Amino acid sequence: MAGILKTVPAGAEAPAGTGRIARLAAVRLAGSLAVLWGAVTVTFLVVRAAPGGTADVLLARSTVSPEIRAQLIAEYRLDDPLPTQYLTYLGRLARGDLGDSYALRRPVADVIGAQLPDTLVLIAATLALTVAGAILLAVAGARRRPWMRAVFGSAESLMAALPPFWLGLILLSVFSFTLHWFPAIGDSSPRGLFLPALALAAGPVAVVAQVLREGMLRALEEPFVLTARTRGISEAAVRFRHVLRHGLTPAVPLLGWITGSLIGGAVIVEIVFSRQGVGRLVLSAVQNKDLPLVTAVVLLAAVVFVVVNILVDVLNWLIDPRTREAT
Amino acid sequence: MRIRPGLWCSAAFVAVLVAMAAFPALFTAADPDAADLQATFAPPGGAHWLGTDENGRDLYARIVHGARPSLLIGIGAVALALLGGVAVGVASARLGRLADQVISRSLEIVLSVPWLLLVFLVVAALGPGSGPAVIGLAITSLPGFARVARAETIRLRAAPFVEAARGFGWSGAQVVLRHVLPNTLGPVLALATVSLGAMIVASSSLSFVGLGPQPPTAEWGAMLASSRQTLSVAWWPAVFPGVAITLAVLAVTALGRELHGRVEGRSA
Repeated sequence: MAGILKTVPAGAEAPAGTGRIARLAAVRLAGSLAVLWGAVTVTFLVVRAAPGGTADVLLARSTVSPEIRAQLIAEYRLDDPLPTQYLTYLGRLARGDLGDSYALRRPVADVIGAQLPDTLVLIAATLALTVAGAILLAVAGARRRPWMRAVFGSAESLMAALPPFWLGLILLSVFSFTLHWFPAIGDSSPRGLFLPALALAAGPVAVVAQVLREGMLRALEEPFVLTARTRGISEAAVRFRHVLRHGLTPAVPLLGWITGSLIGGAVIVEIVFSRQGVGRLVLSAVQNKDLPLVTAVVLLAAVVFVVVNILVDVLNWLIDPRTREAT
Repeated sequence: MRIRPGLWCSAAFVAVLVAMAAFPALFTAADPDAADLQATFAPPGGAHWLGTDENGRDLYARIVHGARPSLLIGIGAVALALLGGVAVGVASARLGRLADQVISRSLEIVLSVPWLLLVFLVVAALGPGSGPAVIGLAITSLPGFARVARAETIRLRAAPFVEAARGFGWSGAQVVLRHVLPNTLGPVLALATVSLGAMIVASSSLSFVGLGPQPPTAEWGAMLASSRQTLSVAWWPAVFPGVAITLAVLAVTALGRELHGRVEGRSA
């Protein structure tokens, strides 16, 4: 990646460039905060609108005397008017207090924090696999012969249609139970990371490779490719040094969107492979109707989405000088 | 107009799936829930084409009978998202700038949360089952329909026949009902078909984690979930329901892409 970015003809105007990056980031940040505030408001309303009310959810597994019920309502301030509750909720969130899990009776932030590293490692491995796989597949498949394009296109359609959880099951069945190449389930070592990341990356690889290749095929028609070829550089150099960068412009926003959705995909794959992580945590929270925990994970995902989108804008600004005119 | 053989295979497969969902008895005489503890994990072949599962139930019969629950959640979610999305999109395009801004930002909020977590939020609030699953999946795919409907409505605002209708003194509601809605139908239906593929995977994922139709029901995702426990004993219960999901998604997506291509060609 660094090799591609190094050829940016910035040099002398770098100081002005960093200033504009900062401004771009600031504008996007303001818009993103609005989205996050909306997400917070919606989750607050969902929790309050849940049938039975919060007190009933808290007492889900027990019948208690009216005194204890009243005590609980006072403790969680459930008798305040809705706007007051809302402001209290916003204030607590602003201080980083996500509340206590109903089911686990522990602060939500601690519970999530303990499971987050495993999920982040899985997502990072998946992203690395996606980028490497998509670039290889796109560079290899960017040919003008129709039948080769048809072969790559069909393979990618199939990869995109495979449900990740089923692919995970098949990989487990073949590589763990039949060939014994990889540890079966519940393993957190790097070896145990490969199959889950592969199951999760197959769909994104196919989608990103398609977009990347379309961009590369367009760029291969450009005059600068002919110029580069007449200089006598190899075909691989044409593809990796010149054409790939043009294909990256539409692929980077897509990759950003995929990163956001991987948090959802990780949930399923963690369950298939019995891995520790936020996925299994949030699933058990859903089964227990543990709304503070579920809403916290939803908000966390929204924050990740927003941050990744800002990074995508900055990255595109670096890759494609043409987008700088607009800012 | 070129007709590709792949397209005909897709259309035929979708027709077979619909027939399976409507009349499963036409495809198999076996009872999908009949346990036979003498014949647990019978391999594919012989009396059981695709083998049997841990309770000796015939996998082929279960896949045939599983078509209905597996497809219905997806179809219900797409239908609900289509109705809601078109209403929201048309409203966004016609109710003025403020409404447009508010609606667009709200849709952005929906898009900022991964679909699975959004469905989890709905299921956590409403309780597990098919109904909440349909509502949750519909919410996640509503923004796409709203965007298409909004763009089409704005495009049609300047169309000569809409101006002519207004010149005849038609009210805004009449113009929307008679001209705008029929013309948004093509792009919206194309999107619906493409989304259906994604919704089939999504609903089977939900059943896989136990938030869809409950165990004795034959459902493809739920069948895969129970096969996970016995993966070291038998591979076939883990393979064939997944093949059914994948083929269904491929066929529906191919049809959707074709529909999309034709609609694009028409409006271009």
